[in-house]
Formats: sequence, C-alpha cells, structure tokens
Amino acid sequence: MTTTTMQRTERLLRSDPDGPADPGLDTHLALHGPLAVPPRDDRDWSHAVWREVAASGLTGRGGGGFPAAAKWDAVTRSGRRPVVVVNAMEGEPASAKDRALLAWSPHLVLDGAEVAAALSGAREIVFCVADDRDPTERAVERALAERVRAGRGRPVSVVRPPARYVTGEESALVSWLERRDARPVLRVDKSVPLQVGRRPVLVHNAETLAQVALIARHGSTWFRGLGTPEAPGTTLVTVSGAVMSPGVVEVELGIPVGDLVARAEPTGPVGGILLGGYGGAWLDPSASAVPFAPAPLSRAGATLGVGIVVVLPTSSCGIAETARITRYMAGESAGQCGPCVYGLPAVADDLELLAAGRGDAAVLTRIEQRCGAVTGRGACRHPDGVVRLVRSALGVFADDARDHAAGRPCAGHAAPTVLQFPVARPALRGAA
Amino acid sequence: MSRAAAVRVRLRVDPVACDAFGYCAELLPERVTLDEWGYPVIDGRPIGPHLLELATRAAAECPRRALHLERTAGAA
Repeated sequence: MTTTTMQRTERLLRSDPDGPADPGLDTHLALHGPLAVPPRDDRDWSHAVWREVAASGLTGRGGGGFPAAAKWDAVTRSGRRPVVVVNAMEGEPASAKDRALLAWSPHLVLDGAEVAAALSGAREIVFCVADDRDPTERAVERALAERVRAGRGRPVSVVRPPARYVTGEESALVSWLERRDARPVLRVDKSVPLQVGRRPVLVHNAETLAQVALIARHGSTWFRGLGTPEAPGTTLVTVSGAVMSPGVVEVELGIPVGDLVARAEPTGPVGGILLGGYGGAWLDPSASAVPFAPAPLSRAGATLGVGIVVVLPTSSCGIAETARITRYMAGESAGQCGPCVYGLPAVADDLELLAAGRGDAAVLTRIEQRCGAVTGRGACRHPDGVVRLVRSALGVFADDARDHAAGRPCAGHAAPTVLQFPVARPALRGAA
Repeated sequence: MSRAAAVRVRLRVDPVACDAFGYCAELLPERVTLDEWGYPVIDGRPIGPHLLELATRAAAECPRRALHLERTAGAA
C-alpha cells in the first residue's frame, strides 16, 4: 500500500492516529500547535511573519499561482485597511480540495485568514462559500462559533455567492461583494488591488490561507522541507476519473504526475490525463514522468491549475470528453465579451461534430482558427483556459482527431463521460 | 536621434464594453480588423503620428466608448 508514503507529506490533512479525529478547536491546536495572532496592529510580529511567508515561496493555490506575499505588498501599499476575502468558491467541477480541507480542518483556514488580516491591518474577514455548499458552510460556522466562545479572532462573515464557474474568479467575487453581478471585471493593471467600497481587498484561496497558518507556526525552512526549490511545499490534489481510489490527497510539489495517477489506482490502461481543471490541459500518459509543479507542467503544455487530475481510460474518447467540457465552459461564460460569448459555442459545435465523426473537411482547421481568434480577448482568462484545453486535446489525441475528422470516430465516442458537470445554474446576480 | 523618452500610443479595446458596432474597423482599418462575429481585433503596434488623428477619432466615435488610446512612456 502507498499510505505510508502519503502520510509523510500530509500537513494540511494531518491527523493524529491516537487522537480524536474531529475538526474541533482543541484537536486542531493539539495537532498543529498554538498560534498567537496579535488582536491589534503589531508591526514587529507582522514583519517577522511576512518575512517567513515571503521566504517560503508560497504561491496561491487557487489556480493563479501568484506569490502570496506579493499580494499583501500590493494591498498594503495603498495605505488603507483592507478586507480579507477567503475564496472557498471552488467553482471548478473536478475540484473538491477546498471542501475537503474545510471539512477536515476549518480552523487551519481560519487561522490563515486571521494571519492575513493581522499582516495587512484588516479588521474584517469575509468568507465566501458557494450557495450550493451547505455542508461547508456548516463546518465553517461551527468552527467560527467555537472561536467566538474561545475569544479568538477578528469578526468573520460568511457569504454565499452563486455557485458558478466564474464566480470564484477574484474580480467576479469582489463585484458580487459590491452588490453587482458576479462577473469578472477588466483589469488593465493587475497590481492595482480590487476594492470593496474604498477599501482594497485581499483575496486568498482557502488552501493558500491554510498554508499561511502553517508557515506562521513553523517557518519558511520547515515549509521548504518538502517540494522543490522552485515549487516548495505541499499541495492538495483532487484525483478523479477512471480510478479505484478517487479523492483529495496532499502531495509534495514536484512528484511525477504518474505517481499521482498510480496512487489512485487506475481501473485500466490510461488514455489521457486531464490536469488543472476544465480550463487546464490534457497530458499524454507517455509524458507522465513530468513533475507536478507549475514550471515543468507549463513546459509540457499543461498547467497545475487548482490541483486537478482526471484519469481518462483508453476506452473513452478524449475528443468527446473535450467537446463536453467545451460545451459546459461555453455555458459558463459570464456573457460579457463577444469572443467568449460567440467563440466558445462555435468551437463546442465543431468539437461535437468532430466527436461524432460528422465534421466537414475543414473542421480541424476551423477549430484551430477560432481558438486563435478567442485567445487573450476576454476580460478574464476563461476563454484562454478553454483554448488551452482544446489545443492540448488536438495534440494529445491527434491520431484519434484525424480519424474522427475522416469520418471514423473511435468506439469510445459514445461511452458515458468520466467527468462531472453541475446541473444547476444559478443566476450571476449580485447580493440583494 | 532624440534621447528623451517618448510617449507611445497604443489602442486597447474594453471587451466588456464592446458591442461590435464595428466603427473602429471602418475608421482605422490600418490597425483594427473584425473577427467573424464582428468584434475588433487590435493590432498592438504603436500608433505613429500619421495615424494618431484617425485613432483618436475612432476612439471618440465608438458608441460604447470601448476603444481607448493608451499612452505609455517608451524609448523613442
């Protein structure tokens, strides 16, 4: 079994085999140790912790991969007290890591939010949980009630934005907090922080904050004890698809993608590996020695994204699955930018024809042209992610694509999907 | 050659505001073409002095105010 090697790398998902397994505050403090966050501005403390987070090399675990400490820099430069926003929206259908983390260890995330608030001078924390995630909200509320009883921390309000793919994008989330629709905003200069009212907003993914809580306790050297020099630490990964043991695991950054797949025990031969999410990329199984870390994945044409691995069996069709994802992602457009509104459905149409073997002679060329036409032309990166996925599919499944284009679709094109798609589509309307 | 830093002017479209009226491509075909859905594709090269007046007019005529002239400092 692989459990022993897995436990060695468990930090966020750590457990005490002899202790209680509840997510309560006492268990949490016994497991991870105490953490004293100053209730008011404390420059020495802030400086020391900030230095450790910067030295740790921690990058955001919400998909952007931006250095966590640099985000604080941008916000504190503005000179106003910011609001800390915990992003636990997890709109990516193949991701379950933030949910798992908040069920397992809500106090770790809240500790991290507390640290981020103390460092940046924020007095208020807003915790965003999608409106279809009641168990997560209950876990957070329970943990908050415990903290209030224990006299810990700054005020935290839990809010429930609509559960849609784009609402977790930070500018969309901030728009919603501003009572506008939950749609991304064009940001010409990303070093200018987003604002709620006149206050700058510090948005962090839930897992990023949990990592901050551990760095504040154990320091940057400890953090760098796992992972690689360029990609230090551990990360949560949601593994799904044709595997015997799907679920959320915590791994060292830099382990071979193939190890991640093998641990989840594929049900049969692997035909493709979807990495990063529905705006991610397919990886050829022959390339699965590539380290699971941002730079090596990017060189391999893939992305770490929000830590997603979906295993496609050889009995499935990569083109048909990509067509399904593209159709879903087209429907998840915020509907603001023409190239995304018209381009993604057009690409989805052609992919569906291609998958069924009913495309005309120009279908592959047209898909590629439209991918080029859509790239970089949205206010957010939604269309760019879809394009990356589609292009990777036409590369990894190139032989299959040619057969499909020649009117000979593979047997797998009619197989049921190994992917998950949300059914409900709440409106992107702003808060009442 | 001038050693002073010159100001470069580039066109930028706000894709949220843009509603594909297409006036920009008519007024400034040198830098703006339309995609198959009628939305502008901007050539990102700097706007030289000979095109500045046309570019300014294209931005001013946009019914959605979606076309912007962006000025950045750059080497001459």
